Order: sequence, then structure tokens, then C-alpha cells
Amino acid sequence: MSEDSTGTSPQTLNGWYELFSRGSRDWLRHNEKIREAVREHLPRIVSGSDIINDGARTVRIPVRMLEHYRFRLLQTGDAQGVGQGKAKPGDVLGPANPQNGPGQKGAGGKDQGGIELMLEFKVDDVIDWLWEDMKLPNLQPRAGATEDSEWKREGWDRRGARSRLDRRRSLKESVKRRALDADSPAFTDEDLRYRQLTRRRQPALRAAVFFLIDVSGSMSDRDRQLAKTFFFWVAAGLRREYKALDIVFVAHTTDAWEFSEADFFKVAGSGGTVTSVGLAKVREIMLERFDPGSCNVYLFYASDGDNASDDRAPASNELETIAKAVRYAGYVEISAGVRSSQSETMGLFEAAAEAGRPCGRFSVGGPDDIAGAVRHFFTAEANTSGNADVVGPSV
Amino acid sequence: MSTDWRSHVPRLEGLARKLGLDWSEVIFEAVPDSFMTEIAVYGLPVRMPHWSFGARYIYQLLQRHMGYSRLFEVVFPGDPGHAYLAASNGLADNVLVTAHVLGHADFSKNNMLFRRCQDQGNAHIIEHAASHARQIERHIESYGFNAVEQVLDAALSLEQYVDLDQSLRRERYPEYAPTPTEPKDDPFRTRFATLDATPGAAPQARKVRAPLPPHPERDLLWFIATYAPEMESWERDIFLAVREESFYFYPVFATQIMNEGWASYWHARLLREADFIPEETYLDAIKCHSDVVRPVATGEQVALSINPYHLGFTLWEEIVKTSGLDDARRVMREDDDCSFLRNYLTREIAEEMGLFRYQRQQHGQIKVVAADIEELHENLLSGKYNFGAPRVSVTEVKNDGTLVLAHDSQLDGRGLDAERTGKVLEYIKRVWRRPVLLNTVDANAKAVVLSSEFLG
Repeated sequence: MSEDSTGTSPQTLNGWYELFSRGSRDWLRHNEKIREAVREHLPRIVSGSDIINDGARTVRIPVRMLEHYRFRLLQTGDAQGVGQGKAKPGDVLGPANPQNGPGQKGAGGKDQGGIELMLEFKVDDVIDWLWEDMKLPNLQPRAGATEDSEWKREGWDRRGARSRLDRRRSLKESVKRRALDADSPAFTDEDLRYRQLTRRRQPALRAAVFFLIDVSGSMSDRDRQLAKTFFFWVAAGLRREYKALDIVFVAHTTDAWEFSEADFFKVAGSGGTVTSVGLAKVREIMLERFDPGSCNVYLFYASDGDNASDDRAPASNELETIAKAVRYAGYVEISAGVRSSQSETMGLFEAAAEAGRPCGRFSVGGPDDIAGAVRHFFTAEANTSGNADVVGPSV
Repeated sequence: MSTDWRSHVPRLEGLARKLGLDWSEVIFEAVPDSFMTEIAVYGLPVRMPHWSFGARYIYQLLQRHMGYSRLFEVVFPGDPGHAYLAASNGLADNVLVTAHVLGHADFSKNNMLFRRCQDQGNAHIIEHAASHARQIERHIESYGFNAVEQVLDAALSLEQYVDLDQSLRRERYPEYAPTPTEPKDDPFRTRFATLDATPGAAPQARKVRAPLPPHPERDLLWFIATYAPEMESWERDIFLAVREESFYFYPVFATQIMNEGWASYWHARLLREADFIPEETYLDAIKCHSDVVRPVATGEQVALSINPYHLGFTLWEEIVKTSGLDDARRVMREDDDCSFLRNYLTREIAEEMGLFRYQRQQHGQIKVVAADIEELHENLLSGKYNFGAPRVSVTEVKNDGTLVLAHDSQLDGRGLDAERTGKVLEYIKRVWRRPVLLNTVDANAKAVVLSSEFLG
């Protein structure tokens, strides 16, 4: 028996039943499935640009309840029903919510699809999904003065910090001992086992990554936002993947400047585009601070491709110099619309790639392409050779 | 939570027996509201896990939280029956609920649909469902959560596709077609038989394999569990477990209006005639009764759905008034909601109740339209046919194992929603392990074949 209640009923909570709430268990599974589904729609999460600005550690995404599908008839426009009350043929009743009507036991809960939930995703998790199987292209260990060392768990000992007590192992010891002597106490200090740490040495993998962004007047706010979103996810991923990693942030118009990371994501500019200036700045910093002989250097450049045409030769020279030294140079073209012909900068990178340099390129038309761009540059296929890159989905 | 109500149970039972109710013993148990919600969502106190129940559970919690509905009691037929009462019920609520439960117990012991399903072994559905749940937990341990969930996705989405006219433990079809009986008085045959027998041409009695299925089969759960080419036995178990639970759910579904009406009629009558109940308790209980059977929410002029308690209650009052209790009991034994409404919801009662038919138009406007009583019947019953699901049956298993389903769009009046159907076919394909096709019509009534393959 059920009733449409006018007031809320007093809740008697009983711990035993709460403990075994099957409803909550299945609800958690439902949410887990939503997470999996959302994960497949990664581009939507990645394109959320507000993450960059407020430095939040989580992204909130609206999701619908999952539907368990069944055979269902086509929905027709004119649904019919039977109602009850003071009404005669011809009356028009206002839009009403039929769920408030009596008799709705809701036992089936058929229409819960209408509820939207906000699910929070950790930025770290998103990076996990995005960077699955991704790595820096052509990374090579370089002989250098420094070695990485890290602490690893290895082996057990009878003494150690309380926090590293291995309970399973200790219990095993206790079981073994009591197997020999059934009358002995359940646990003694002798049974306790602690995990031990050792130091592992590895050859260093030094890497430096240059982010170069075109902030000239032709790059609209939207274009810049797209470029920065791309850089944000690349930086976040690289930082997690490689410990000894230097990232250098450079922006250019007709002039070029190096920025701190925080400023880089805020930078805006105006004026023309001279790519060679930006590339020259990168070259300067590279030669000054990083020795390409002992360090893996990478360049990622984002622009709308509208380089001044008289800059073609200088830009080409600069790119040639850089491309010879770096492991990989990637170009992300932010193209807001359909392009009738190839852009200046795209041509530049294509020529370099054809000349056998490790140069790749990708067109980003909108927020949904960003995850694709990250994938493109950092999956194994992209690295097999420097010049076999395809141009990404153009709009 | 008042425990006092238990003292009224024996006396209410005595009164009910005197008035002719006939039921198997019912065990009453008070449980927390959260557990009540779960029973309502899962339909059984302990049932197999599935994420779709989780989604419904949260929906129910929200509804409850917003005060839309409240559950007093859930009763499970059987011998003995089990009644779960919400711990938040007051004394008067529980007196009413006890009487209500006796009405349900009488109904489920005597109604034919219920009896047939209980004869199939569903008298212990609570225990069976719990054992299914336990079995499935074990399958999860052995085969992994995802593998089991995939099977449940498929089985539960076909929950309504059982054939109640068949036995719960159903035999396979005969493997060979029945040998055609020879026509007796055929002059040609007689003459042919007199001819010299040619060597090697002796007629052989050849067995012919029966087509699979021999006729369109609507018991999809049974058919898939029985004939899927490469189904694991534990997967078949899950399909048959879901099928058994559907056998239990069907009578509950198909007699909801009658059953709730009958229980409401009896709780009202038992309370009226129970002189041992204190005045104050009686008044509270009657107030609760009128909340349960009220047709239209307080403060509203109209309701756009029918309260089954109200409809059933009104009809039973009328039947008992005009034909007497014996006739009412006969109707209770023999009918289901379809025949009940068609036979006893008359023009006069419908007018008295203020039933009307409406059409939902664009922009959410709702227009009341004229309707005769047959149209009202059909509208009220439209969701009741075929367990409330579109009519889909198996028509063929091709040589390569492809499963062919057909939707009866003629009877259902339109085709199936292609997107959802595609998803269901994908569910099925994972257990059938061969392509699955379904014939239906599109929005323009043109024949289409939906497939588990096209949608990848």
C-alpha cells in the first residue's frame, strides 16, 4: 500500500539494514558505469576551458542517468491518457506534471532519465585517461651526470616503521608459528613483518619541452583558449609522466617573450605574426640552457597559421635549425573555419617534415579536437617517423 | 513505531475469517523505511544485483524525500505469506495495513492467475529470489563482475518476455517434425501401391527436423537460455532465474487494480466492523484510508493518472452492493484487470468517478476529449497487454546461427524505437554470440530490419 504523502515521514534508521543497502551498492555501480561512459567522451571533459583559469583540481560534468534499454514503441506526438476530476470534453488543462498525481507508485521509476546529475572528475583522473599509453615521441636516454634515483618497495624485515607493517605477511608468520605450536599466543612481536624500501638508480632521462604560442591579433580569444587548453593538458600529462622535465613557455607576436607558467596561460597580445621571431627565441633559450646533445628537447607550437609571407625564408631557416636539434617539433593549427588553401605555417612544417625532419602537425577546429591533438602527438604511432604525420581532422 | 498494533492482529484475523476471507498464514515484520524503498525498487526483499536497480533506488529516494509518496507495506504471496511494514507507520496506520494485508492474502490465495503461478513453485519466491541472488554472487566470484553484468543486462531487459501459458520448467521442442499422416482413401496412392516396386525406390520413412522455433516464440528468456548456440551454463541459469522471477511478477502486474481495490475494500470493511478498535485509532485509520484511495491530490482539481486503489475500491464497492459478496468473490477468483475493467467499469460508474480521456498536445497542453466507455477501457488497459511490453517473438534461427526476432507492429499499432532496440539487440548478441536481427516498421510504417551489427 502506498500513499501520496503530504508531509515527510519520520526516518527510523537502522544500522543493520543500512550496512547492507543493496540500493546504494547498485547505485554506486550505476555511477561507476557513468564514469566509464563519460570517459569515452573524453573530448568533452578536456575541452572545458575553465579548468585552466581557476586551477581547480576537479571538473564538474552534467550527466544523465543511464538507461537500461528495453524494447519500446516509437513515441508518437499525441500521447493519450485517462484522468479523473472536474473536466469535460474540450477543456484544456495547463501543462502539469503527471508525476504529482495520485496513484503514481513509481514502482518502475520509468522516467528517471530526466534527472541530471553533476559528477565530479578529478583532473588527475582525466589526465590518467588522456595519457594512457602516451609518451614523449623519440625519447632517448642521454648519458649525463645525473642519475634518477627513487625509493622502491623491496623485501620484508622484522623491524620497520609502523606505517609499513604488512599485515597479511605478519598473519602468515603467525599462522606458520602456530601450526608448530598450537598453544602459543595469537601474535607475538616475532611475527611482525615490515616492508622495506631500497633505492633504485636509473639513468637520467632529461627532457625539455618548449611551448610556443602565437598571440597575435589574428588569434581570437577562442583560438587562444583552444591553444592554451591544449598546452594545459600536455603540460599536466608530461609533468606526471616525466619527473625531470623542464617546460619553457614562450609567446610571440612580432616580438617574443618567455613567460612563467601562470602568466603564459593568461597572456594576450595584439599585432602581426612573425613566426621566425618566436622560433628564434626558442632557439636562443635552447642553446643557452639545454644542450641538445644530453637532453631531449621538444617544441610544440600553436598558431592560426597566418604568418607574414615575407617571413617565409627566415622562419624556414629557424625551423631547420631547431628541427635538427630537437627530438620532435609539433605544430597545432587552430583553424576556426574552412581554409581554402594551406596556411603559411602549415606549409613550413610540412616542408620540414618532407625534408626528413621530425615534425608533425595537427589541425584543431574546435574544443572536441583537443583530446585528439594530444593523442596525435603523444601516441606511439606518431613517433615512428618524423615525417609521416597526417593532418588531423580539419573542419 | 508502535508495537501495539500486533495485539489487534489476531482479532482482525478472526473478524476476516468470519466475513469469509480465506488466506494462508501471513508473517508480519516491521522494517526500516530504507529497506521498504529497496523492496519497492527490487520488487523482492532480496534480489540479484544490477545497476538499473540502483538508478531506480535513487529516483525513489528522491521521490520520498520530496514527499511525493510513502510506502506503508509490501506483501508477498506464498505459504506462508510475508508482509513488510514500514517502521515509521503509526498505530492506526498499522491497524489499517494489517487489514489491507489480509485482503491481499485472500486475493493471492484465490485468484486464478496467482494460483497458477504459485502452482509452478512460486509459493516460495522470496527464498528462490534470495537463492538466485546468492548464486549470482557466486558467479561474480567465478567469472568476474563484468561478465555477469553483461548477462544480467540482457536478461533483465527481456524481463517481460515470458510465456505464462507454458510451464516454468519447460521442455525443449520436439527435435523432429511430426511425420505426416498418410491420407487414407487416395485412388492414386492405391493404384501406385499395386505397381511393381522399382529397386532402390522403396519409400523411406525420413525424419524431418522441425524448424526452430516451430512457431513464433514469445518466451524469449526461455528460448535464448535453451537454444543459444554457445551460452555457458551459468549464463543460462541467470536467464532462467530472471524468468522465474517474472513468473512471480506477472500476476502482481496483471491484477494490480483488482488486487489493490480488493485489499482496500477489505481494510475499509474490516475497520468498519471491528468494534474492538478504539475510536481514536479508528478515526486515524479511516483518515489514512481516505488518503490512500483519494482520486485527486489535495488542492488539485484533476489528476492525469488514475489511482488504482481508488478505481479498484470503487468497482468492488459497486459489485458487492449490486451482486453480493459471493459474486464478488467469484469475480475476484476468475478475473484479471482486463476483464475486470471491461465487465464492471460501466458508463455510469465512469461518469460518477469523473473519468475523462485526454490528449497531450504540443507545448505540453492537455486537451480533454470525448470518449465512450470502450475507449476509456482501452486507454486504461493499453499498458497492461503483454506484460506492458511491445510484442516481440523469435521467428527463426538461421543456418549461421543468426537469431531473427519479429515485432508485431500491427497489433501494437506502430514500430519500435530503433535506437533502444539496437541497444537491446546488442545486449542479446553478447549472450547469443551470433548476430541478432529484428523486423519491425519505422515511423512511416515501412518495414525495417534492425540489427545488432549495424550499430557496432
